[in-house]
Amino acid sequence: MNEGRLRKLILGDAQADRVVPPSGFTAQLTLFVSGAMAFLAVFALALSMASGRLADQWAEELARAATLRINAPAEQRAAQTDAALEILRQTPGVATARAFTGEEQAALLAPWFGAGVPVGELPLPQLIEVTGDDSGYDAQGLRLRLQAEVPGAVLDDHTRWRAPLVDAARALRRLAWVSILLIGGATAAMITLAANAALAANAQVIEVLRLVGALDSYIAQAFIRRFTLRALTGAAAGVVLGMIGVWLMPEATDEGGFLTGLGFQGWGWLVPLLIPPLGALVAFAATTRAAIKRLGELS
Amino acid sequence: MIELENVGYNYGGGELLSAVSVQLAPGSFHFLTGPSGAGKTTLLKLCYGALNPTAGRVRAFNMDVQGLDRDQMAFLRRRVGVVHQDCRFLDHLPVIENIALPLLVSGRELNHEEANLQELLSWVGLSERAHALPPELSGGERQRAALARSVILSPDVIIADEPTGNVDWEMSQRLLQLLVELNRMGKTILVATHDLSLIRAAKNQVQARVLRISNRQLQLAGADL
Repeated sequence: MNEGRLRKLILGDAQADRVVPPSGFTAQLTLFVSGAMAFLAVFALALSMASGRLADQWAEELARAATLRINAPAEQRAAQTDAALEILRQTPGVATARAFTGEEQAALLAPWFGAGVPVGELPLPQLIEVTGDDSGYDAQGLRLRLQAEVPGAVLDDHTRWRAPLVDAARALRRLAWVSILLIGGATAAMITLAANAALAANAQVIEVLRLVGALDSYIAQAFIRRFTLRALTGAAAGVVLGMIGVWLMPEATDEGGFLTGLGFQGWGWLVPLLIPPLGALVAFAATTRAAIKRLGELS
Repeated sequence: MIELENVGYNYGGGELLSAVSVQLAPGSFHFLTGPSGAGKTTLLKLCYGALNPTAGRVRAFNMDVQGLDRDQMAFLRRRVGVVHQDCRFLDHLPVIENIALPLLVSGRELNHEEANLQELLSWVGLSERAHALPPELSGGERQRAALARSVILSPDVIIADEPTGNVDWEMSQRLLQLLVELNRMGKTILVATHDLSLIRAAKNQVQARVLRISNRQLQLAGADL
């Protein structure tokens, strides 16, 4: 489509628009459905972006973070901890290794035992937080060496419980994308049905226009423009409402876990703004196809 | 202008027209008459391409009508003004916009045509009714509006199907007058009618030929109407 036609389609020709009689109720249904679809698309998009973020974040931490636990009798614990830290310092790929202090360990346990319990007197294992650098470290080799030199050390690289979560987050993201595609397809189907109904209802009008020498493209344009603008308007309203809905969700907090992290971050807020133009594009394509097919069938 | 060569038309249930040959020369005035159901409307539709003949050939402006695609057909319609039997308006638009519809769909700038439009409205006597909706018009007003619409693009040929079908004698005289004036301006006119007194009235004013459909054939009727 050349630029002139595109401009004409968007700005329109107020006169040409009038040749097709206004259709109050069906117009509102089209508006409503495209609005509802855009609203759903905003949530699917928020879900996909949030689960994508989670999957990336978890996968990254998975690759880099680990915990070393030292179970040793109280009198050997300090010595074993020093030995383990020394080994970690020598291990290529380990960026930092830091032993938790007694207070930090107590804070981690507070949710279970309550603040009043003197956890310092319990025979707790010593925890060491290990962070890998970008190249990563050889977990298997590290385990073998620790086994030989620090018998009480257990390396937990979180794989066991994080990997399924990463898989779940990725599956959630896939589902969200499939939902977005389905929403797009359903919008196209609905617009096609509505356009066909409008073309059928206006068969008389089309006949008169053909009689006075209107080209098919002229007639089609009156319908295409109408449905494209309706889809655009409906989707814009739906996106605004959807974004308000996402914005009203509680802030992401540690207590709420990943559920409260649903939403957009930073530039992500601009992504749903693509929904109305995309919806209009879908409507444009669907109406064009329906109109060309329908007009071709008429005599 | 328009040429039918051995044209036949078959509705599927039997032959309606067969071996019809006629030439509408530029500037000619033809009446088409015959009993109801004889195929007057069908013959007119063949002339402006709304129907395709089942036999023979229809040529308009030296083009084979059957060979035209939909866009070319639309361009042909702009050169042939048609007054339909039941007028066919867009009922949601006022008369003036219905009359201007051919200008609109052919992409003309309406502002430039405003003077022509007003002149045409007063010519058909509808200046007062310009902003009425088509369903509010009387039969005669509808016919005059349809005539105005058919000539607004200044076509070379005007085809009218029973333009005086449901109007009184005085109004049909007036419509005839308009058609005669168009003919004097050089337009080719083809009018289907079963109203013989209208034909007689026309013969006093213009050199009209009368074509009659009988027994599926088209005959040139004599002067003894």
